[in-house]
Amino acid sequence: MPSIAIVALGVVEEDALATLELSVWETFGFEIQRLPPQENPEFAFDEERRQYSSEKILRSLLKEVRSDTVKLLGVTPVDMFIPMLSFVFGQAQLHGKVAAISLARLRQEFYGLEPNRGVFLHRTAKEAIHELGHTWGLTHCRDRSCPMALATNLQQLDRKTDELCTSCSIMLRETVRSLHRSGYRS
Amino acid sequence: MNQHWNILVVDDEEIMRESMAAWLREDGYTVDAVVSGREALDKARESNYAIYFIDLKMPGGIDGIETMMEIRKLHPDASVIIITAYATVDTAITAMKEGAQEYIVKPCNPEEISLLVSRIIKVKNLQRENVILRKKLSRQYSFHDIISKNPKMHDIFTLIHEVSSLKSTVLIGGESGTGKELIARAIHFSGDRAGRPFITVSCAALAETLLESELFGHEKGSFTGASSQKKGKFEMANGGTIFLDEIGDISSKLQMDLLRVLQERKFYRVGGVQELEVDVRVIAATHRDLLQAVQEGRFRDDLYYRLNVITIHLPSLRDRREDIPLLAKHFIERLSHELSKNVQEISEGGLKLLMDYDWPGNVRELENALERAIVTCRSTILSEEDFQFLGKAKNGKKEWSLPAHVTLDELEKQVIVATIERTHGNIKEAASILGIDRSTLYDRIKRYNIPR
Repeated sequence: MPSIAIVALGVVEEDALATLELSVWETFGFEIQRLPPQENPEFAFDEERRQYSSEKILRSLLKEVRSDTVKLLGVTPVDMFIPMLSFVFGQAQLHGKVAAISLARLRQEFYGLEPNRGVFLHRTAKEAIHELGHTWGLTHCRDRSCPMALATNLQQLDRKTDELCTSCSIMLRETVRSLHRSGYRS
Repeated sequence: MNQHWNILVVDDEEIMRESMAAWLREDGYTVDAVVSGREALDKARESNYAIYFIDLKMPGGIDGIETMMEIRKLHPDASVIIITAYATVDTAITAMKEGAQEYIVKPCNPEEISLLVSRIIKVKNLQRENVILRKKLSRQYSFHDIISKNPKMHDIFTLIHEVSSLKSTVLIGGESGTGKELIARAIHFSGDRAGRPFITVSCAALAETLLESELFGHEKGSFTGASSQKKGKFEMANGGTIFLDEIGDISSKLQMDLLRVLQERKFYRVGGVQELEVDVRVIAATHRDLLQAVQEGRFRDDLYYRLNVITIHLPSLRDRREDIPLLAKHFIERLSHELSKNVQEISEGGLKLLMDYDWPGNVRELENALERAIVTCRSTILSEEDFQFLGKAKNGKKEWSLPAHVTLDELEKQVIVATIERTHGNIKEAASILGIDRSTLYDRIKRYNIPR
């Protein structure tokens, strides 16, 4: 059965995984398959940056993709980066199979603020949709309330909803249809 | 919107290059990534990128700043962002001095880079919009390659619209170089014959017998050299339009033949016995005063009235001086491209000179003058100096013309007065110019009572 697989890379709370799985299922319409959790991605740790390379995480996830995996999303508590940027909330292969999100900077505590579970879970869901959206070929949306809008800070992330705008929904539907026609070969 | 803009990332470090490219692709840009300055230059020669992200330090070959300088030579409008891991004030200053639009230190905040790119793209979108609006504006003044904002010319454009799909003969008058053929083409190509042939014949260029054969064709052996049958221009124009330029110059025999074609749309090839029928619209043009030619008996009146069904008279360029800046801009753009020169505009002084000149050869002369100036121009702006060759014939008036109705003595006096004026009273020099000795000159001064 073709499905979107979710894998925790490190310790991720059950409510976070459950929330994002529900949003991913509602948005993309595929079965969700939870893979067995893995350890923190220490292989991606960069001594100098004291952060984890999202590139290395994506490469490792690619090895986990099975024939019935439509997309694979890695969810990790560690802080991710790409060499050019000081951090990334997440990263994906555009038109590819894998994506990863980091929960580190989605928590209020990261910024010295009081924890807010509701806000954190909502951010987690939006970030999961955003990165998986890239794997379907969606690029950043100009509608700031669309989860596909670019967010480089929490204000921008909090302005978004977890529902794709009309144009992104149409584009996604077209891509999914063509994937169905191709028998899930990408 | 972002998909219209291409970005090139230049970095020798694979992970840096690919992650940056991936991040920008997520933002909707079309991104290419290369590993060296040399590859970047190859790419820049092939395509036009809106933004170049170039790593400052790249091993071997050329470094980031050199790469940027070469790219800016190829694409002066491209935005270059220099990236480095270790910022020093010196390198930052050098990069900016050499034309980098921005200088960023990695790793940078995602927000910073996102704002930077969107700011550059916003400016580029405005620039693009500006170009489109300018083109739109110039199209307002353009009709089938004829550029004008002159009201008389706009009346002509309206008339062309009205008559383009009629079959009536059109007679176009106007001085040489005013664009009579362009008007003929505009009539043809805006009417329902547009998909059919448009054939031009310059009646002044050919001798009578050749012109006859050119217009009507000939049969094999009809004259010496007619080794095969040949179709004439009337046959070639069947279904379309024939443009007879300099119609005022044709012989009386041809005037008669032409009259017959206009009346009956039928003719014979030279030496032929079979009558041919054609459906051709005739547009004729002349720089001569045909009515005067009729009055003087040099042009058949019946042909004149056949031709003169719809008349268009083109104003001379000096009667539509307001078009000179528009035309100059148009010719500079076109000719610079054709001549592979980088001349982009004309200085205020240069334009004033063009506005003051009388252009006896009209638009064609203006085009030729601009071509000559562009060929010799060494900067990107045409200035007064580039049009020095026009100075000699300033205002289009000849410095001297042969006077009629004067005696030889009077003529001699005028020449001597003019020469003495030109030499500021220097008799020795004046005598030398006139080719006579000084004593002869004194003698003439005395004889004609020329004041000194």
